[in-house]
This record gives sequence, C-alpha cells and structure tokens, in this order.
Amino acid sequence: MISRKHFAFFLALLIIVATAQSSTAQIAVRGETVHTMAGPPIKDGVVLIKGGKIERVGSASQVKIPGDYKILSARVVTPGLIDARTVVGLAGYLGQPHDQDQLESSAPSQPELRAIDAYNGRERLVEYLRGFGITTIHTGHAPGALISGQTMIAKTIGGEPANAIITPAAMIAVTLGGGGLAQGGRAPGTRSKAIAMLRAELIKAKDYEAKWSSAPDDKKPNRDIRMDALARVIKGEIPLLVTAHRANDILSALRLAKEFNIKIVLDGASEAYLMADQIKAASVPVILHATMYRAAGEGENLSMETAATLQKAGIPIALQSGFESYVPKTRVVLFEAAVAAANGLSFQEALSTVTIGAARILGIASRVGSLEAGKDGDVALFDGDPFEYTSHVVGVIIEGKIVSQEAR
Amino acid sequence: MKSIFACLLLLLCAVQTAYGQNKPQAYVGARIIPISGPVIENGVLVAHKGKIVAVGASGSTAIPPDADRHDVTGKIIMPGLVDTHSHIGGGSGADSTSPIQPEVRVYDSINARDTGFQRAQAGGITTANVMPGSGHLLSGQTVYLKYKDGKTIDDVVIKDNKGNVLGGMKMANGTNSIRGSGPFPGTRSKSAALVREHLLKAQDYRDKVLRAKGDKEKMPPRDLAMEALVEVLDGRRVVHYHTHRYDDILTVLRLAKEFGLRVVLQHVTEGYKVADEIAKARVPASLTIVDSPGGKLEAMDADMRNAALLERAGALVGFNTDDYITDSRLFLRTAALAVRGGMSREKALYGLTMAGAIMLDLQARIGSLEAGKDADFIVLSGDPLSVYTKVLETHVEGIKVFDRNNPEDRLFATGGYGASRDQVMHLHEQEDRR
Repeated sequence: MISRKHFAFFLALLIIVATAQSSTAQIAVRGETVHTMAGPPIKDGVVLIKGGKIERVGSASQVKIPGDYKILSARVVTPGLIDARTVVGLAGYLGQPHDQDQLESSAPSQPELRAIDAYNGRERLVEYLRGFGITTIHTGHAPGALISGQTMIAKTIGGEPANAIITPAAMIAVTLGGGGLAQGGRAPGTRSKAIAMLRAELIKAKDYEAKWSSAPDDKKPNRDIRMDALARVIKGEIPLLVTAHRANDILSALRLAKEFNIKIVLDGASEAYLMADQIKAASVPVILHATMYRAAGEGENLSMETAATLQKAGIPIALQSGFESYVPKTRVVLFEAAVAAANGLSFQEALSTVTIGAARILGIASRVGSLEAGKDGDVALFDGDPFEYTSHVVGVIIEGKIVSQEAR
Repeated sequence: MKSIFACLLLLLCAVQTAYGQNKPQAYVGARIIPISGPVIENGVLVAHKGKIVAVGASGSTAIPPDADRHDVTGKIIMPGLVDTHSHIGGGSGADSTSPIQPEVRVYDSINARDTGFQRAQAGGITTANVMPGSGHLLSGQTVYLKYKDGKTIDDVVIKDNKGNVLGGMKMANGTNSIRGSGPFPGTRSKSAALVREHLLKAQDYRDKVLRAKGDKEKMPPRDLAMEALVEVLDGRRVVHYHTHRYDDILTVLRLAKEFGLRVVLQHVTEGYKVADEIAKARVPASLTIVDSPGGKLEAMDADMRNAALLERAGALVGFNTDDYITDSRLFLRTAALAVRGGMSREKALYGLTMAGAIMLDLQARIGSLEAGKDADFIVLSGDPLSVYTKVLETHVEGIKVFDRNNPEDRLFATGGYGASRDQVMHLHEQEDRR
C-alpha cells in the first residue's frame, strides 16, 4: 500500500528525472540547408533528436517542432563527420614517448594488440577533432609495422562512457611497402620478406581456425590471442586494413586478399589511380590518404585529384586524417574533404567521404553517416559552406548531447 | 659592312627576346588587388622588361600601343606571394659539430631544379627566404630567391647592386636546438648563454676590424663566422629566429635588445600570449599555421586565433609555409585560416605579400602591385581566400613560370606521377639531429 507521502515523493522524482532527460535528449536542429546524405539537401530543414536518436527529418513546413525541444539553428547542417582512419586517442598531442601508443616496434606482427587497451578518450586531440564536427573516429594502431595491431571505432564524446566505443575491434592494421619494414637488420627487411611472413601468418591462422571449429574439445589447440585475432580475418568477420601507397604494394594487397579469400580495405593508396580497374574488380574499398598529405617518400606520386578519379571509377571511398609523426599532430578530415571538393569531387561526393561513404566502409552505416530517423543524433552545424576555409563549425551534437557550441 | 650590321641587329633582337617580353604585356579586365591601395574592380596591369609599368582602372590607365594584350576578365590579379620561411631545394646548413655555425650558407647546397620550385610556383609564390633547419642555435646564412625557372642557384638568388647574394641568418631557440650532448646545449639557459658568448666575440672582432682602419698589419685574420656575425650586428643581415613558446619569444626579444639585432620571429606559435610585447618591440612575426596543436611540446598551445590577436595588438604579421611542414601549393590557405581565426581579410592578404617583403628588406622591389616594382604577380580564378580558387598563372619579373593550362605545370599543382621525384621531407627534429 503506497502512502500519499510516498506517492508524492515518487511523483516528484519522476518529474525531476523526466525533465532532466528532456533537457538533453530533445533537440530540434534547424538549417537553412540540411545535407541529410539520404537524398537531396533540404532547404529550411529540421532535424528532431530525441533520446539520442534522430526522430524525424524534413522541411520546416513538414516537421513541426514540439514546444519543449531546444532549438539550435545554423546556415548549414550535416551529419556528424566521420574520420575513417586516424590514430588519435592512442597518439596524443604532446608527441612524447609516454603519450604515443599507436605503434609498438618490438615485433613485426602483433595482430593481438587491441586498440581499446590503449585508447584515451580524454586525449586533447579527440576533443580537438570533436570541435570540428568529427563525431565518429576509426582509430587505433598506426601504419609502420607489418601487422601493428587492431583498430576500433568510437564516438568523440570524451571521457569514458561505456557506449562511446561502438566497435571495439574493427580491423587489423597491416602496412606493406617501405613503411612496414623493420629497421636494424630485423625482419621484415624487404617487401618479399614481408609478404612471405604475412602469408605464413595467415596460413597458420587458417589452420588454427580449422582446428578450432572442427576438432573435438580434447584435440583443440591452445588458445592463442594472436591466432584468435587473425582467425577473425580468415572467417571474414573483420577486414585487414592494408596501408599501401605504391602501385605494386597495392597489387600485393589484392593478391593476398584473393589467395586467402579475406576482406581487405586499402589505406593510403597514393597510387590507387594507377590501379583503379583492379581495385574495382576486387570490390575493395579505399580509405584514401589525406588530400593534403605530403607528396614525399612512399606517397611521392600522390595526387589531390585521386578521390575524384576513384569516385568516377565507382570505387567506394572515404577520407582520413591518417598519422603524422610531427606537426600537425593530427590532420582534420573536414579540411581534407574540403580540398578534395576543390579538386574534382562534387560537394555531395566530398561530404560523403566523411559521412555516409565512410560509414559504409566502416560497417556502421546503420547507426551513423546520414540524418535519417532511427540513426544516432550526431549532427554538425556550420555558419557557411562547410568546406570554405573561412567558414566555422558552430555546433556539434553527439547522440543528442550538445558537445560543442564554440565557433571553430 | 651591311651584312655585319644585319648580323648585329639580329643578335640584338635575340638578346632582347632572351630577356623575355621585348614588348610590354598588358593584363586587362581582372579585379586587381594591389595591396598598396584599394582593390581595382576592373583593372589593367602593364609589365615590361621585368617591371610593372602601370597599374590602374581599365578606363584611365594607358596601355602602350605595342603591348601584347591578355584578357583576364573575371579573374583576380594580386602580387606574387612572399614566403619568409621555406626549406625547398633540399638545402642544408650546419652539421653536428657545433650548435653555432654562422659561416655555413644554405646557398652552397640548394638544388635549383628541385621539383619543389615547381610546387611553389603552382602555389603562387614568387619570392622566398630559403633557410637551413632549426636543429641548431644558429644553423647558417639563408638566401632570398625568386621562384624562377632557373638552372642553377645563381639564376634565382636575389642580389644587391654590388652583386652580393641577399639573405638573413637562421637562428632557433626552444626544443629543436637542445640536444644535451657534445657541444650542443642541454637547456634553454645554456642555449642563450652560448648565443651571447658568440655575439660578444663578434663584437670584439668588429671592434678590432674598426680599430685597424684598413691597416693589413692590424687586421685580425679572416674569420668567415665572425664576418657573418658582424653583418648581423651591423643590421645588414636580418636574424630569422625560429621560436615557439612565449618565454622563448621573450628571450629572442631580450637578445635582440642587448645586441641591437634586427630580428624576424619565425613560427611564433605562442605569440598571442605576448602580443603586446611583440608589438611594442616592433619585431615582425612570420607565422606558420598548422592544422592542429601539439606534435612537439612547444606547439601544445597553438591557436588559430594567433594571427588575429597579434594583429589586434598592432604587430606586423606575415606568413610562411615552412615547406614542407605546410605545402607551398596551399600558401593562400594559410592566410584564409588566419581569417577563420579572426584576422581581417585585408591584413591576411597583406601578410602573404607586403609583410613578407618588409621582413626581407625587399619592400622597394616586391610585395605590392605598383609601377616600378618587379612584375611578380599571380592570376587567380577567384577570391584568394576561397578553397575553390585556383592559381591560374604565376609571373616572376614579367616571365610566366606557371600556367595551369599547361599540362606539365598542372601536374605540379595537383600532384601525380613524377611530380615530386626529389622531395625530401624536412622534419626539423629528425633531419638536423644527425
């Protein structure tokens, strides 16, 4: 039997909880132009967000904004941006040994290294990217070793909320070509050695996986976290993220994928324009190097127009901020998409490389990448053309939470 | 007699054409941004024999009757950009034997055929201060050059009337020049002490030379390092000082005051923290703008509002690429990012041109479109601060060195196979520490 006092108490509690929820969870974003990435842009558009998810999207004439929704307005509204390949959170902005966890050089092949074991969600660089409207990052181990470790996908919400990490093990990072070789006479010292080592590992993993799935309990091999990781690739659960810049290294990646019938995603791919037909035939997506990446070393033949070339060839593409050892410590994928938009990509195509196109390659399109009912309430607000150098990001929302309202 | 005369005449004509444009060249119909005056909506620029002959409104500016006319309607013309800090050309400076090497000249190591020159032309840069790195307290003499299509370094360097190669002196403080091994300093205090020691020695040397009054018996032995430092003390050679953290910037100002040095601050990452001091000292600041903070401890507090805050304090602000830290092809972007951070458009464009000219003591020759100055100018497809704008043409001393319509040139603008065959990445931290 509930007494009146208890009832009043619980009612008050209910009201308090309800109001608390609605103050963060109900937002209406108004945009003079709303790029949904799920159809043509909407003039004078509205995006309703409730409970962390997009509730409705449409023009202001179609979508009535409920009275208790907090309204944010901007000239241009887009889905929260996605950086398809970065290392922030493992790599920190200080550039000191203690805040650089993106590469472990003690052994060439370490597929067992998990990105989640090193990721620091409070890292300044994560916050920095968030301020530019980047709400989802595919981050983790860097290029620079034959198999440097795993990657992960997280929202740039900051701190350690349990739901910030949306894919704890996304891909396994491999580097082919000069960038994947070891120093000081250690293996692999040449491209041929690197491929031989990789093939040997994949064969071992194939064997391990076969034994685990078919052998009776008493004949199963011992658990091996390295083999466990590669077995996921063998089974087709996760792809290899292969950094390869030169055309012959890209070819090696395609050859490996074919031999083992595994999924790969090309990373960097400076000379992909020379290999477009083969990449298309193999149905391999490309997370292309940052448009403003320096044309030196393995990437010396890169072109700012490659995104446009691959787009025309019908190859799924995304853009990345990549990895920088010095300054700038991270690139900003919004800026990279901007320069791609000035070098042959249309506005929509360029925006796709950092929204829905990226989401599809990362396997998270059911949650992010476009402004559609049911998807996460991740939104970026701009005071002008998002790609113009002199425009600013004026608001960032992650799952219905306003995480930035500073003009950047 | 007649045939000799004809031959001589032919020779003379050949020589004239070799100097490019024996006829005046008129560029008609563009929106002209002279920097030295208000924008001319529909303008004319006339160039002849490497100099600007006239700049003005289309209706009221005389075009020589024999001029070749170029229709640039719908386009923008502005002065060629001035990059006060570049490492293009694969040049080097001091080695690991000493932290202070004033006798070393980057001039002795630049490859004028480096594809970086093409990249810079594609970015609309016409003049650059090419320097050694920052891994030393003093890494050597810099060189002021034009991004011409030269075969050798001597084809591109800027010289004074006496034929001396113009340039500054590269110095650095902060972390890059601290190594803590061998003759190199291990702390900031030691860094400053070593610099002061050397400058005091240079003052002694200068006094000895002055007292000798040209008497060969009394003159001290020739000393390349001391001679170069005396040029610095006399203000004939500007010190380009790489400095990031605000206290390191103050150290530079302190040293400049003590020894009467003419200084240009380079990078100036935390300049906004001491904007008033910089403005008060009347020391110009050449900013490098990178896309994010960090990468090294001194750049932790990099802020895109740096240029705006320095402008507000009244400092002279210019920009540089620090190529290949940022890309010479995207030099206009640096000014645009400064505007993103709150700088005025006017001062941002000034920062790409006239500010740099002043920092290199070349303001009489370059930095603005005025009659009598070098015909260094660029033709753009639109607003210089728009991401969509392309550099269409780059002219140095009246000669077109970059034309985006030329497929060979276009390759250097966009990148692609063979565009960067000899590029070396100059990561200061790593490169000079060998």
